[in-house]
Amino acid sequence: MTTELFVQYLFAGITYGSIYAIVAIGFNIIYNTTGIINFAQGEFVMLGGMIAISLLPLLPLPLAIAAAVGLTMIIGALIEMIFIRWLKSPSVLRMIIITIGISILTREAAVHIWGENIRALPYFVGNEISTIGILGARISPQVLWVVGVCGVMVAILHLFFQTSSVGREMRACAANRMAAILCGINPRNMVTLSFVLSAGMGALAGCVMSPITYSQYDMGTGLAIKGFTVAILGGLGNSGGAVVAGLLLGAIEAFSVSVVPLAFKDAISIAILLVILFVRPHGIFGSGEAARLKAF
Amino acid sequence: MLKIRNLESGYGKIKAIKHVSMHVETGEIVTIIGANGAGKTTLLATIAGLVKATSGEILFGGENLCALSAERIPFLGCVMVPEGRQVFATMSVEENLILGAHVLHKEGKQVVEGLLERQYTLFPVLRERKGQLAGTLSGGEQQMLAMGRALMSRPRMVMMDEPSTGLAPLIVKEIFQIIVRLRDEGNTVLLVEQNAKAALAIADRGYVLETGKVIVQGPAADLLGNQDVQRAYLGREKID
Repeated sequence: MTTELFVQYLFAGITYGSIYAIVAIGFNIIYNTTGIINFAQGEFVMLGGMIAISLLPLLPLPLAIAAAVGLTMIIGALIEMIFIRWLKSPSVLRMIIITIGISILTREAAVHIWGENIRALPYFVGNEISTIGILGARISPQVLWVVGVCGVMVAILHLFFQTSSVGREMRACAANRMAAILCGINPRNMVTLSFVLSAGMGALAGCVMSPITYSQYDMGTGLAIKGFTVAILGGLGNSGGAVVAGLLLGAIEAFSVSVVPLAFKDAISIAILLVILFVRPHGIFGSGEAARLKAF
Repeated sequence: MLKIRNLESGYGKIKAIKHVSMHVETGEIVTIIGANGAGKTTLLATIAGLVKATSGEILFGGENLCALSAERIPFLGCVMVPEGRQVFATMSVEENLILGAHVLHKEGKQVVEGLLERQYTLFPVLRERKGQLAGTLSGGEQQMLAMGRALMSRPRMVMMDEPSTGLAPLIVKEIFQIIVRLRDEGNTVLLVEQNAKAALAIADRGYVLETGKVIVQGPAADLLGNQDVQRAYLGREKID
């Protein structure tokens, strides 16, 4: 393999990998506050892209993206308030089934609103054929947007959880829900907030990736499976692990193209998911002890 | 400060608390003793709002706690140190304490800093360990952290559920000395204990709970001398 080809594959891997990481972190945020896997996570990515595309005739690109992210956050909050909040001590399984229902519902709504057409946002800088040369490889500037935005999102999220008082309260709910209640923290609000946060992150990722990967009403399912694989691989609830695992899965997928036919790309991540679930269900970076303490 | 009238509560159809009436005055240590399964923990959990009362009322400074959800109750100054400490294991000692001051978040940083300093004075070991994850502390240190976290809210009444469980006798003694010190500084403490002797030794008054009912109550000294209480809970068969 030549250096150019290697760099080319590597950047493809990093691009998809950072999207997977964002979806996985979305899973983790909700998992940490509720103990459930929100299978509608991929739908937030789809909604972000689709809403931004619809708003584009009315607003300039940055505003359309900001509005799409804002609207998706509101949708995330509504989903939580309508379907999750009023449940009194629901079982984990019941909540997971509900999120699958939400996912189907969102997808059906999307196909009615936007149809089955494949759409895309325009490239943020330049167009499809503009490239930047890195070590002989030709990289689209949009790739740098994807990687940069995802990186900044992860950094801001980390700061939010580690230094802000609301972030601290969310971590407290995740660490010990009853103790958080005894401190006067309302865990229901934290759950709503976690849906808002993951919806916003997913939507922004959906916007930056749209020019390269396109947006379609049913893109959420595939992303949810990839994101879930990454979340498990990195250790459920561990966002640092999700970043590493996301990049790893992205790279494996990208480099696999040089060995096996392209059609097997998705099969590889499913195979990894199965192997991990069988062999190391607490993930590469999760500790076995922590996994046993979790309710899932 | 706290008045409970005809309280009934429990889980589903099981009534763990039946027609309990009791009261706590400002500045007292009141202890609730009783055997395993007598309903002591359920009683505290009901006051804290974690378990809903099916009938009766809990008045705290004139407000009916039964009408409030659990996370509102600390805002009135009624906090609980739960059984088994329940610290935020994956967070640092200092973060645990700061979370305890959540109800004071409108009062600004300086108030929280002052309260932190107070807890570090009361529990010097917490100052030494402030950067450490709470889950790595010893049982006694975790108990102190749980108490410090509750005190961070500047409570009017602290409820403690079995603070001595699983601790070495020397640590238990230290914890109880701190409870006495809290009372002497003007705090009000409602203490649930299986270690009846130690609890009655520091309490002003006590209630004996059996299968969800108050069977004896009175000044702690009287309960210590009460033959029934001695036979049932203090492990003395023969009285001279």
